[in-house]
Amino acid sequence: MSLASQLVNLLAALLLLIAFAMLSQRRILTLIHLLAWQGAALSASTFVVAYSTGQGHLYYSAVLTVVLKVVLIPWVLHRLIDNLNVRWDVETLINIPTTMLIGIGLAIFAFALATPISQMASTLTRSTLGIALASVLLAFLMMIVRRKAVPQVIGFLAMENGLFFAATSATYGMPLVVELGVALDVLVGTFIFGIFFFHIREQFDSLDIQHMEKLKDR
Amino acid sequence: MDHHGFALLQSVFVVLAAPLLMGWVNQCRAWLQNRAAPSIRLPYYTLAKLFHKDAVIARDASPLFRATPYILFGCMWLAGGIIPVLATDLPFAPAADVIALVGVFALARVFAALAAMDIGTSFGGLGARREMLIGFLAEPAMLMTMFTAAFISGSTQLTTIVETLAHREFAIHPSLAFAGLAFLMVLLAENARIPIDNPTTHLELTMIHEATILEYSARHLALLEWATAIKLFAYMTIGFALFVPWGIAEAGDWAALPLAFVALAFKLAVGGAGLALLETLLAKVRLLMAPEFLSAAFLLAVLGMLIHFLVRG
Repeated sequence: MSLASQLVNLLAALLLLIAFAMLSQRRILTLIHLLAWQGAALSASTFVVAYSTGQGHLYYSAVLTVVLKVVLIPWVLHRLIDNLNVRWDVETLINIPTTMLIGIGLAIFAFALATPISQMASTLTRSTLGIALASVLLAFLMMIVRRKAVPQVIGFLAMENGLFFAATSATYGMPLVVELGVALDVLVGTFIFGIFFFHIREQFDSLDIQHMEKLKDR
Repeated sequence: MDHHGFALLQSVFVVLAAPLLMGWVNQCRAWLQNRAAPSIRLPYYTLAKLFHKDAVIARDASPLFRATPYILFGCMWLAGGIIPVLATDLPFAPAADVIALVGVFALARVFAALAAMDIGTSFGGLGARREMLIGFLAEPAMLMTMFTAAFISGSTQLTTIVETLAHREFAIHPSLAFAGLAFLMVLLAENARIPIDNPTTHLELTMIHEATILEYSARHLALLEWATAIKLFAYMTIGFALFVPWGIAEAGDWAALPLAFVALAFKLAVGGAGLALLETLLAKVRLLMAPEFLSAAFLLAVLGMLIHFLVRG
């Protein structure tokens, strides 16, 4: 195995570890830090892939990832939780050890699903497809088991990270235009979610989205 | 020197050196906490003092209670003979692989719990229950860690694992990184170190390991404390064998022994200081959080194994 391939595998493992850490985390502030770290690992792996395959456009997407996912979005989220004054409490629907066990199950499922695909592939990053799929599923799980709105949005952003990583590992990334579009969407999405948070809280005095089940047409 | 002689010599070395490691960890921790550090030989003085005292044993104690310190000490001594500490040339090794090693530790734990419940005091029973809770959660994580290393080297023999890992070309193994983190967490939990248990606590209600040996005195207590020290030494050397095996002497290579000795001393010094640092930085978690801590260790170990299969490294 080449050094680049080993590095990508290591960073992929780190990505998966951060996904699990997010799943087990109780504090919103730490969740945002973890999201920033996940973005950093993602851009580092994109950079390694770009350097070792000579795909010029991947450099741009690595830089874009740093600016967007390590600096901008965590900053927006920090501002948001400061203004909403929700720093600590994360309530989960299922207790954390059970969530972790479900997470292991999902990881095994994703790995089993990706193994036949990666055996046919010949890219440098073929073995990380399973990890990318697992991070997407884990982010899904996080969105399902969290009760409050902010952790759900962080789960959504983590899922986007996983998808981005899957694109890099399967096909050396999407065309730059698509990536720019997705990045802009995510940024705008974060702002819109922020506005939503304030509206949800104004309406229900809480960010618990269970209250939204009571919404009806009158 | 024949092989059996060497294995015996190594296990005696482990038994004799273990209190020194304990003393070093205590010294480092005292320095880090800005206290005047005790002598590094303090554990030896404590053992000598305890061996000179008269043992007090409860009237209702059964023979099991008297036998347990010897059984525990024997188990740890045996572990010292199985683990490749200085060299991989161990005659006991073919008889006992990593699974048997975990079994030896489990045997010691069962006897410790039985003896703690033997007298019938409330703290003993409480300690025994907590010790078994920690043990039953830590053991699968420990086994999974071992299996990850075993899959990489294709054998559950510790000696083979060490030889394979020490000889491979340098490569980044994400699976070993995961397993190493899991092993560290298991080491902390199994040796009653700080995030799970406080080895220096005097508060009975928060005790786990200490509560099981409250009823012991004199030579029995000395043997138990010594066994605790050997257990820490054994766990650290297992960690070195799995994750930093470089410098160990190969089979039949007696000339490499002095180098192996220096390497081991260096690794133990760094490892002990690291343990003291961890214990200074971390706070003891509530007992109810211990399952979460250990399930995280199990998760990491399983992930390590899965990643090994996924990326073959």
